Amino acid sequence: MIIELGHFALTLAFAVSLVQMVIPLIGAHKGWSGWMAMAEPAAIAQFLLVALSFGALTYAFVSSDFSLSVVVANSHTLKPMIYKVSGVWGNHEGSMLLWVLIVTLFGAMAAWFGGGLPPTLRARVLAVQGSIGAAFMAFVLFTSNPFERLAVPPFDGQDLNPLLQDPGLAFHPPFLYLGYVGLSICFSFAVAALIEGRVDAAWGRWVRPWTLAAWICLTIGIALGSWWAYYELGWGGFWFWDPVENASFMPWLIAAALLHSAIVVEKRESLKSWTILLAIVAFGFSLVGAFITRSGIITSVHAFATDPTRGVFLLLILGVFMGGALTLYAARASAMEAKGVFGLVSRESALVFNNILLAVSAFVVFIGTIWPLVAEMAFDRKLSVGAPFFNMAFTPFMVALGLILPIGAVMPWKRARMGRALRQMAPALVLAVALGGLVFALQTGRSALGPVGVALGAWLVSGAFVDLWIRAGRGPVAGKLLRMTRLPRSDWGKAVAHSGLGITMVGIAGMLAWQQEDIRVAQLGERFEVGQYEIVLETVERIEGPNYISTTATVSAWKNDEQVATLLPEKRVYPVAGMPTTEAALDNGLLRDIYIAIGDPQDGGGWAIRTYIKPLANWIWAGALIMALGGMLSLSDRRVRVAAGARKERGAAPMPAE
Amino acid sequence: MMFKRLILVLSLMLAGPAIAVEPSEMLDDPALEARAREVSKELRCLVCRNENIDDSNASLAKELRVLVRDRIAAGDSNEETIDYLVDRYGEYVLLKPTVTGSNLLLYIAGPAMLLIGFGVALFYIRGRNRRSITAPEQLSPDEEARLKEILGR
Repeated sequence: MIIELGHFALTLAFAVSLVQMVIPLIGAHKGWSGWMAMAEPAAIAQFLLVALSFGALTYAFVSSDFSLSVVVANSHTLKPMIYKVSGVWGNHEGSMLLWVLIVTLFGAMAAWFGGGLPPTLRARVLAVQGSIGAAFMAFVLFTSNPFERLAVPPFDGQDLNPLLQDPGLAFHPPFLYLGYVGLSICFSFAVAALIEGRVDAAWGRWVRPWTLAAWICLTIGIALGSWWAYYELGWGGFWFWDPVENASFMPWLIAAALLHSAIVVEKRESLKSWTILLAIVAFGFSLVGAFITRSGIITSVHAFATDPTRGVFLLLILGVFMGGALTLYAARASAMEAKGVFGLVSRESALVFNNILLAVSAFVVFIGTIWPLVAEMAFDRKLSVGAPFFNMAFTPFMVALGLILPIGAVMPWKRARMGRALRQMAPALVLAVALGGLVFALQTGRSALGPVGVALGAWLVSGAFVDLWIRAGRGPVAGKLLRMTRLPRSDWGKAVAHSGLGITMVGIAGMLAWQQEDIRVAQLGERFEVGQYEIVLETVERIEGPNYISTTATVSAWKNDEQVATLLPEKRVYPVAGMPTTEAALDNGLLRDIYIAIGDPQDGGGWAIRTYIKPLANWIWAGALIMALGGMLSLSDRRVRVAAGARKERGAAPMPAE
Repeated sequence: MMFKRLILVLSLMLAGPAIAVEPSEMLDDPALEARAREVSKELRCLVCRNENIDDSNASLAKELRVLVRDRIAAGDSNEETIDYLVDRYGEYVLLKPTVTGSNLLLYIAGPAMLLIGFGVALFYIRGRNRRSITAPEQLSPDEEARLKEILGR
């Protein structure tokens, strides 16, 4: 019964979304306030209905209702509760329902917090958001219905893929979707502004928090995924330039660009049409991502969603939304006349360069991702584009971005002097070069990657500090420090996020440059050296888990005859899914991880064992989290909250129609 | 989202678990082994999703790793080893496509886009400034009203 209610709620939500996409739009066009007012209750009702539907599916997973085919395919009675819940989105159908839930959540949030928006803009934003909801609900209902029943339910399920039974991955998809789909509201704002034919500073102020929120979630989602890959794969890679990863990385890059260009719209009323375009393209990349992930077209050798109708449907959604929005953009963009004038050397220009670098790097990732497809279709060449290409083509953009960032960050609006900015940044520059030089001298004459990474990271972190220091004004140090603590949170957010980028860069460079690896067959009790450490394989045991059987090794790590860690790498077999997984053991440290994975028993006795010393590994994810933290600080800035207060006031006495 | 690739890789493993490079495959000479690793990172495991043979757990990847080591042990240079594999498996095996023919587009696209971006930005910023000298900024009546509203709040 509950399942049928869930199914029915989803169908009803689809009907509501159809109403929401049509009525307010007509109302806004004709100036009928009653029709426009329809949007908010519709958006909220739509969200509640989808939440009910999602709740019903969750109930089915939690109570192991094996009359549902998705539950049978992805759950098992013995599975721990947390993975029963995460199993809801650990499959195609359920994850699409989560996607729809988030689309409607953002619509409802826009309705709740949108009190200060001009009524026509609000109606149009919600109508566009409703149309996105309608498209995806149609996709779920017609091609990927999670509420499909089985005529003869089995006694037990086939278990969730063991790789997904992991805390890192349990929360990776929801964050990623919050990010992907969060960009839909920016898209709705952009399209509504195009229909409205008006973009002003207020528009920038409304759009920026949404972009920021989406970007924060994307950052966390990507970091979780990368961290998971690091400890789960068994050899400690953290980024593979896989099409599916790229699908999440492209919206992230574009959202980062949008985040910065929206500042220019808000503060200077420039770059309007560019910002609108970015908002459209950012969501476009989210849709491309959904298409790549779920159609299986790009990695066609082993497609995931084997059902071609899904791919076609998603392509249709992509085509309609992007085609429609870009056509509208072409027709209306020229009407967005920019106001603020700025010099070639100014903060605006610096942000333009930031945008070019981010957008072009996203373009490079995009073209690399789709090139195998293009080459096969247009030139009849079957080829691959993988990590070596992306590392070569993408890295220079990030290095350039890191180099100009601190300089651009201290430049004033309108007109700046390069000499002055450089002078202000001189201490950071000296520190960065000195640290890079020190590292170069200390390392045993290998690649430039490590020193360059450290210098760049130091440049970004110290540059962010110098920026705050300058903002604190002149005077004695104590007064400056006090004033520094009182700077607006957006200043702190900016500094923290930029430092986070620097820390991530140091982590990536350090890990790639100085990683040490050892692969061998070790006998029980054998002691061997890896870098500065001595490793001993103590014992290997068979242990039974709740729904798996594990081969667990006990390994001790020693440095200077002192034991620094005991590690328990495992190999697990999940009998129901019939699938093995490697559970590497890590000893996390500030400066290095010891990373051990156990392999097979060997014919001549002993076990295959892989040991890695991964310097600065945790800096990669720490940096990403710091970036997200910076975003949150910025989101909590007084300016955003004050604007929220102003909204209420204006909401009480609505402005005359414009 | 990256897990999907792994599910595939693992489901392809019929012969049970194995972790990428295994000790039994490795060459005794560390210098040759290091070269083999380097070469392996450039080559695609043909049945995997964009994964190199060095990291892959698939049995085909293992065969390719052994093949690479055979060639290197036989005295081939890195390039010769890669050429040998390309002859056998086609350019699909390369993770970094060759800079030939239509692939030039792939390599030029990024830098070209960057130049166009810079060019357009320069043109835009310059052009705007010139126009603004002749027409100084003024608030429209609409904006005046808005300003009053904001200030009078």
